[in-house]
Amino acid sequence: MCGIVGLLAKKPALREKLGELMVPMLIGMTERGPDSAGLAVFRDPLAESQRKISVYSGLTEAGADFNWQGLVHDLKAHLGATVELEAKGNHAILIMKADPEIIKRWIKEHHPKLHLLSTGRSIELYKDIGTPAEVANRYNFKTLKGSHLVGHTRMATESAVTPDRAHPFTAGEDFCLVHNGSLSNPNGIRRMLEPRGIHFETDNDTEAACRFLEWRLREGDKLELALQKGFEELDGFYTFLMGTPDALALIRDPFACKPAVVAETDDYVAIASEFRSLAHLPDIKNANVFEPAPEEMYVWKI
Amino acid sequence: MENLTFDLAKSSLRELNQLLHKDAKDGKLGKVTVLNPDGAHNIAVGLDCPVEVEVQGHAGYYVGGMNKIATITVMGSAGTGVGENMMSGKVHVKGFASNGAGASAHGGLLVIDGDAGLRCGISLKGGDIVVGGSVGSFSAFMAQAGRMVICGDAGDALGDSLYEAVLYVRGNIKTLGSDAQIEPMSQADLDTVADLLAQAGLKHDPKGFKRIASKRELYHWNVDANQEY
Repeated sequence: MCGIVGLLAKKPALREKLGELMVPMLIGMTERGPDSAGLAVFRDPLAESQRKISVYSGLTEAGADFNWQGLVHDLKAHLGATVELEAKGNHAILIMKADPEIIKRWIKEHHPKLHLLSTGRSIELYKDIGTPAEVANRYNFKTLKGSHLVGHTRMATESAVTPDRAHPFTAGEDFCLVHNGSLSNPNGIRRMLEPRGIHFETDNDTEAACRFLEWRLREGDKLELALQKGFEELDGFYTFLMGTPDALALIRDPFACKPAVVAETDDYVAIASEFRSLAHLPDIKNANVFEPAPEEMYVWKI
Repeated sequence: MENLTFDLAKSSLRELNQLLHKDAKDGKLGKVTVLNPDGAHNIAVGLDCPVEVEVQGHAGYYVGGMNKIATITVMGSAGTGVGENMMSGKVHVKGFASNGAGASAHGGLLVIDGDAGLRCGISLKGGDIVVGGSVGSFSAFMAQAGRMVICGDAGDALGDSLYEAVLYVRGNIKTLGSDAQIEPMSQADLDTVADLLAQAGLKHDPKGFKRIASKRELYHWNVDANQEY
């Protein structure tokens, strides 16, 4: 199984309450995915010259006691980079006015067990093992603000239960993907991408889909064309929900093996594996509730 | 006979189903109105008495599953497997239904006013299904007995590997499945469609429906077919 949830605020006022509305959605999918949970939130983009990186220290020896201030100090000392820090336990967001690749390379070299979750001008990403309620509390999801977000509750089938194999997966900048289902050709996709210099971090099947679609976007495909190529290349069962700086996108495999339901009002678009996760949303009784069709592309812009 | 309102926001689903299995069976209950279903799974499953249940909202998976005799109405939509393995009685969904609606139903009537998802009526074993809207791909796959009336369109592979179930479709059929064929409508077919539409409360001219039934070419192994059907 696995549960997916997504929420896009159509009105600015709702951006303030994005996390608050999302937490019950995520917890509502606990039965579908009790072993790990995660969430990517998209916020107003930073200036062109800035980037933010979400970093996870749960795999280091220090864990939640990781010395984030020390890391910021070292980045200044060794690279001359001024980095702003927002840290909470085993998670930190580093904001910089520098090439993020240089910072990431330095972190990987000196702290190989730090896990880099996401990079971009909009995206902030959290994921960890534990029940959705535990993970939501750990990172205080209810206070998150932003225009849209993508969340996931995991019941692992294709790879082990570890924080780095939880969803969302990211590739490149400001792109993330969550998956309910299982792919049958992830290794083929991987063998096709690796010779093109695309590096994989886990053995997870979803990572293959994420890197494939991000590769198409980076090669210049518009989102719709990239998704069309996804239909052609990705084999297996899937409902994918993706986040970009200005959109949420959803596709389902031709057999609609994995569920999805959408509720749309003038104020928001909410997506979940099951209606159970949408029932609490404001004005849900008057929402347009529908099931997205298989092999169709659904793209909602902010 | 007493009518009762049951609020799923205040009491558990198990309490509701125990009430419907026990008190209703004792003949104490006439109609039970269920409030705040909020997509809960397994609402009113396995009923075995002439109680009437009205679900005020969206139901989750398997609502009305294994139903016998009871009449269950869902005012919103229904999740996967509504009326699955129904034996008799009636399940009526006023909104849309997800995948596998009425799967392997042995008897009774399932009515879906809106669209039904994929695999509607898969392995149907004698029940009747009326869909006011369209059905998704692979509907009536290996349906053995019973009837389906589809007022809208059908997706891919309708009636693949059909046995003796008969399908009636008013709209377009994207593709027929293996061994399914369109056949002429007889007077008996027109009467059947008229009767099922009346039971479902839908007004269409039975003459506007096509009959789909099995070619019966898959009933026996054909060594010359080279696995191609």
